[in-house]
Amino acid sequence: MIFDFVPIWTLILGLAVFFYVLLDGFDLGVGILYNFAPTTAARNLLMNSIAPIWDGNETWLVLGGIGLLAAFPLAFAIILPAIYFPILVMLLALIFRGVAFEFRFRDVEHRTFWDHAFGYGSALATFAQGVVLGAFIQGFQVEGRHFTGGSFDCITPFSLFTGIALLFGYSLLGAGWLILKTEGELQAQARRHARFCFLGTLAAVGIVSLWTPLVDSGIAHRWFSWPNIALLSPVPVLTALFGILEWRAIADRKSELSPFLYAVLLFSLSYLGIAISLFPMIVPHHYDLWQAASSPDTQIFLGVGTLFLLPVILVYTGWSYWVFRGKVRADTGYH
Amino acid sequence: MTLDPLVLSRLQFAWVVAWHILLPAVTIGLASYIALLEGIYFATGKEIYFRISGFWTRIFAVCFGMGVVSGVVMPFQFGTNWSRFSDATANIISPMLAYEGLTAFTLEAGFLGVLLFGRNLVPRWAHFASAVLVAAGTLFSTFWILVTNSWMQTPGGYRLVDGIFYPTSWMQIIFSASFPYRFMHTVAAFYVTTGFVVMGVAAWLLRARKSPDEAKRMLSATLWLLTLLVPLQFFLGDLHGLNTLHHQPAKLAAIEAHWEREARAPIALFAIPDQKAETNHYAVELPLLGSLILTHDINGVVPGLKDFPPGDRAPAIIPFFAFRIMVGAGLVMLALVMAGLWLRLRGHLYDRGWFLRALTWSTPLGFIAVVAGWTTTEVGRQPWTVYGVMRTAHSVTPSLTGSDVLISLLGYMAVYGIMFPAGLWMVMRIVRAGVAKHSHEPVEAGRPAAPVKSGDGS
Repeated sequence: MIFDFVPIWTLILGLAVFFYVLLDGFDLGVGILYNFAPTTAARNLLMNSIAPIWDGNETWLVLGGIGLLAAFPLAFAIILPAIYFPILVMLLALIFRGVAFEFRFRDVEHRTFWDHAFGYGSALATFAQGVVLGAFIQGFQVEGRHFTGGSFDCITPFSLFTGIALLFGYSLLGAGWLILKTEGELQAQARRHARFCFLGTLAAVGIVSLWTPLVDSGIAHRWFSWPNIALLSPVPVLTALFGILEWRAIADRKSELSPFLYAVLLFSLSYLGIAISLFPMIVPHHYDLWQAASSPDTQIFLGVGTLFLLPVILVYTGWSYWVFRGKVRADTGYH
Repeated sequence: MTLDPLVLSRLQFAWVVAWHILLPAVTIGLASYIALLEGIYFATGKEIYFRISGFWTRIFAVCFGMGVVSGVVMPFQFGTNWSRFSDATANIISPMLAYEGLTAFTLEAGFLGVLLFGRNLVPRWAHFASAVLVAAGTLFSTFWILVTNSWMQTPGGYRLVDGIFYPTSWMQIIFSASFPYRFMHTVAAFYVTTGFVVMGVAAWLLRARKSPDEAKRMLSATLWLLTLLVPLQFFLGDLHGLNTLHHQPAKLAAIEAHWEREARAPIALFAIPDQKAETNHYAVELPLLGSLILTHDINGVVPGLKDFPPGDRAPAIIPFFAFRIMVGAGLVMLALVMAGLWLRLRGHLYDRGWFLRALTWSTPLGFIAVVAGWTTTEVGRQPWTVYGVMRTAHSVTPSLTGSDVLISLLGYMAVYGIMFPAGLWMVMRIVRAGVAKHSHEPVEAGRPAAPVKSGDGS
């Protein structure tokens, strides 16, 4: 091998998954908050705020999944069977919420049904993703190249809790998005939701941060041994700082973008925290990134194209967001 | 009877892919059609093309949304149910799937929003360009997914070490022996399928006396295209068949339910293949035509299933009938376009009730042919996932129990059982509303209004 592509692929995949979490995170979050929208007009507006972009956001889920298969196929082949049911629930929920965008407008007689499909579907998909996260942190039963546990092993108190935690997290992102995209009473409501979800997220992150070292002594050692505890201290310190700024931004009626941005920063730090806890393992306790990597030929063949295509994709994705910039308004007709 | 996770996983994959393929079969064609209509409108400024494009964009939006959500399911199937296949073949197939995501899905998703909702937010050329890029995205997607499938059918460019595939030549992997034929045959099939949908809808609009001007344009142009494409598709299908004879003889023998290797072989029009007794019951055969059609030589040798050990044979009864359903649907379509050509030459294309009615009833024909063709090629590949190298039985996830897969299969059946009829009903409702009469509404001052129903273009 001339060149080690594994660090590059770790970065690409890490970014792809992170983009997914942020992008589909806020539009799933809008879907969760949709359950609490007071009127049909408000629901129309909430849905409109994400209608042109949700499809692109969900594409990152496919890119993340395929990226894992491409870069670390052994991890893909072990992890996916281990999270069989959370994946099933997520996919079925995403189907309901995805078709609801179109169906809700066209099928007025059953609008309530599609409203529920969208709201509950978003919440269920989020919860399932949170369970996946918890199961991943806990690790899987592995022999050789296969997962050998049962399909329900991933359902534990810890993974159920991370499921609930993600509901708060995505809702916070969604509320931040709605503060940015709406005005008046809806924006005020989004701020109230944001405050509630922020407190929920904060509590959940705190509990997970304490719980994780308790379920995994390796992770405890990683964080609390010297000198790691000093080197890694910026992570919790910055989290606290951004938490304060987020709290202020939510309360400040003039700041419309900051609540979303600080929520993104909080997500970034949590994501970084998980990465620090697990690196360099991709199948916790069993395989590291290099052991699970695909063949160098594969990584190079795909890596070259990806490094060329990814910036182009980011540019035109950014353009499509730019086209739909600004506030969504309620005064256009759904009849 | 015990629940076999292998059998159930195969049923589950067949279920989710069979429903999913219906959507690309119509969205790939519609994306190109909409791009063409937008192009004509952009060049000529004739409002009628704008109205037709808006009409089909509404239908496209419903189908595309369903295609996305049923498509997201697919890559996860590889992981959840076929983990050993994923582990073994990832080095080869994962870049193909990833390039599909990077070149196709992102392109479609990035520009779909602008196509559906952005007509008044961007310059006209940018809206037209978005239509073209969405159409290009759908074709890129077709390219890569058929690269993947073709490699599984006729693998090349790899070496096998400890049960794991490693790439040796990307050219041989991408352009595997069956790829060019499968690609052309499939794209033509998708265009033909879409064409019959457009003609069926146009014929219905004509009979219902709704939007007659628009309906005539739809019918006339599409019929011209299909007058070329349907015969071409028979030619491409024949080439694909020759390719299968050469590279997948066991599959060809199964398709024809042909047991003995022989020259001057007959062709079976009907039979009940019996896998255990290694023979056909109630066979209706035409002499010599088997060799003539399959090898283009009346003395040509046609392989038989007995050339292969019983464990390496596909269950003949499925590809045998699936293939005949596909060809039968194709023959009906050929007859319809020929009848259309005859009526057109006599100036009666739009006023023959029986023809318009036949077109409307033929709307699903393309879908039937696509699913039948897909069944032929996929079941015909059995018992292999990678033809001749990796067995389906060795591909399934080892940790799954029968009841695990039964639960998930029932889940997919329930959800698809709601979603697909609902989607069809939604499309029929759009059709019944007809082509919108209004054309341009003035662009509002300041910030444009929030998106209305996708494709309304107002």
